[in-house]
Amino acid sequence: MYQYNDFDTAFIAERNRQFRAQVERRIAGNLTEDEFRPLRLMNGLYLQLHAYMLRVAIPYGSLDPAKLRQLAYLAERWDKGYGHFTTRTNIQYNWPQLRDVPDMLDALAEVGMHAIQTSGNTIRNVTSDHFAGAAADEIEDPRPVAELVRQWSTDHPEFQFLPRKFKIAVIASDSDRAVMKSHDIGLKIVERDGARGFEVWVGGGMGRTPMVAKLLRDFLPRADLLPYLEAVLATYNRIGRRDNKYKARIKITVHENGLDEIRALVEEEFPRRRAAFSGVDQAWLARINAAFVTPTLSERDAAPYYAARDADPVFRAWADTNVTAHKHADHGIVTISLKAHGETPGDASADQMRLVADLAERYGHNDIRASHAQNLVLPHVALADIPAVHAALKSLGLATGNIGLASDIIACPGMDYCALATARSIPVAQGIATRLEELKIEHEVGHLQIKISGCINACGHHHVGHIGILGLDRAGVENYQITLGGDPSETTAIGTRTGPGFAYDEIVPAIERVIFAYLDLREGPEETFLEAYNRLGMAPFKSALYDQEARAHAAE
Amino acid sequence: MAQEFTPKVVTANALIEGDVVYLTAADTWARDLAQAEVLTDEADAQYRLLQAQARVDEIVGAYLADVRPGLNGPEPTHFREDFRRKGPSNLFHGKQADSLNHA
Repeated sequence: MYQYNDFDTAFIAERNRQFRAQVERRIAGNLTEDEFRPLRLMNGLYLQLHAYMLRVAIPYGSLDPAKLRQLAYLAERWDKGYGHFTTRTNIQYNWPQLRDVPDMLDALAEVGMHAIQTSGNTIRNVTSDHFAGAAADEIEDPRPVAELVRQWSTDHPEFQFLPRKFKIAVIASDSDRAVMKSHDIGLKIVERDGARGFEVWVGGGMGRTPMVAKLLRDFLPRADLLPYLEAVLATYNRIGRRDNKYKARIKITVHENGLDEIRALVEEEFPRRRAAFSGVDQAWLARINAAFVTPTLSERDAAPYYAARDADPVFRAWADTNVTAHKHADHGIVTISLKAHGETPGDASADQMRLVADLAERYGHNDIRASHAQNLVLPHVALADIPAVHAALKSLGLATGNIGLASDIIACPGMDYCALATARSIPVAQGIATRLEELKIEHEVGHLQIKISGCINACGHHHVGHIGILGLDRAGVENYQITLGGDPSETTAIGTRTGPGFAYDEIVPAIERVIFAYLDLREGPEETFLEAYNRLGMAPFKSALYDQEARAHAAE
Repeated sequence: MAQEFTPKVVTANALIEGDVVYLTAADTWARDLAQAEVLTDEADAQYRLLQAQARVDEIVGAYLADVRPGLNGPEPTHFREDFRRKGPSNLFHGKQADSLNHA
């Protein structure tokens, strides 16, 4: 795990000192809200429906026990005892008071954390694979590159006022667990002729105009990364649409100018940028690499794990969904579900956070990840220790065995918290998960990703949900559109709308009809929902959604 | 024909706490919609809004929200304002809980 050096520490302290003074001037009436707003947003502080919201960056989703315990402390000391993990692997506090925020930021600085560039038209928190360093299929740990990008992009003077926000993801395996192609820039570490470099993908995004990223460069030499990123950002900064907020993301710049034109402009800019890099960034990267050594995993007899699987069907069912193969065969990657049926997706209480920190310390080599799917991960646990981890998780309601299943739902905060939302999303997620639990069908249904957004900005990733749900305000009433066939994996696809939306009290039964239609139509349990949809197309699902509804109305 | 003016209240978020407040006839900020001043005249509503917006060291983001008369004072006409006056629906936090503490 990267630890702040003296420069980082001094930089954060200075930013926090500045922000404390800005808050004091705002409260004293010496700054107007128009003057203060950009300053608070630069430090991750939003004003939402019911209160301020502080969004804290968790770079590439990596935490250690000290950091997670401090996040728990913030939740108890200045919030209502919980935090909300987001689809950008950040954590949000929903109830801070303005005068407390400088103290919260100082408390974060104590453990090497901050809320800088979690808002605004800047390069946001760099995300990565939540299984980084543990996944059997990666060619290297992608997080050192993510950390290099974080350091380069933090307070980068040229890129503080971009046309719009800018999101970068880094992965290093063929499996895409980071929704890389839905980012403004997606980097995939690849190998060619024995040398490591990057595939550079550009112009992905969700929002009101969802687009899958396009391949800008199929092999970028490793040492060219930062100058090349600068060339892309500088090109976007110059020709991105500042006249229209809805056309300001780089996906529109790429779409309007064409990939070839963007590539030509980037390549033209690149030599100037390259010349300005002396190679010091590669020296930094070498130092960063040293901080991301995969822990030395001792050989452990996995027999207790298999014995527990045989003895305890509850443990076996949980392990089937929540434990993933580790590159070290007698270890496993444990995903901790923050999706207990009927609870708010992504919420964790202070007690739960402390328990996860304790487990990471005792069994998990001090390593914890937040995933974009709003769960937590212990990436390095000996199989032999997993029964003990499961037992501890059970004690605080963290042992839900549903990772990758239909109740492992991504949901944005929606109109329960967010000032931009047009409808609620959390209660829809709660309703679907509760219904699935009543029906006891989700293990039979298998892999199914439902993603819910409460407005067109698509923080809930609905465009890439196998089933996507978008909450809108239709003539003063909440209305929910359904999309099918989205895919967040390496075969990224944008879902297709089924047709007219459903009212708040109709959306859970509608999703239930789609799921039962799939069970009726699939060729067997081995055919997933997405595979069945891709084979059958929209028609049978549309029929299940709308014809039955018509019949039900006719029968009334 | 011009659209008929619907009754409104001035609402905002408190500067320090960030919670929802409503302008009262006594020029104070109330936490409870029932205590809000109901504005039935358009020119009057705009004037009250301007006055509210000038109070920059008390509130943020003042605007006019539609209401309709109810048994216990004004009621929101839009679900967004209904959530603002109560709090989130997933957890018993915000005004719905605070009103118990202050009652």
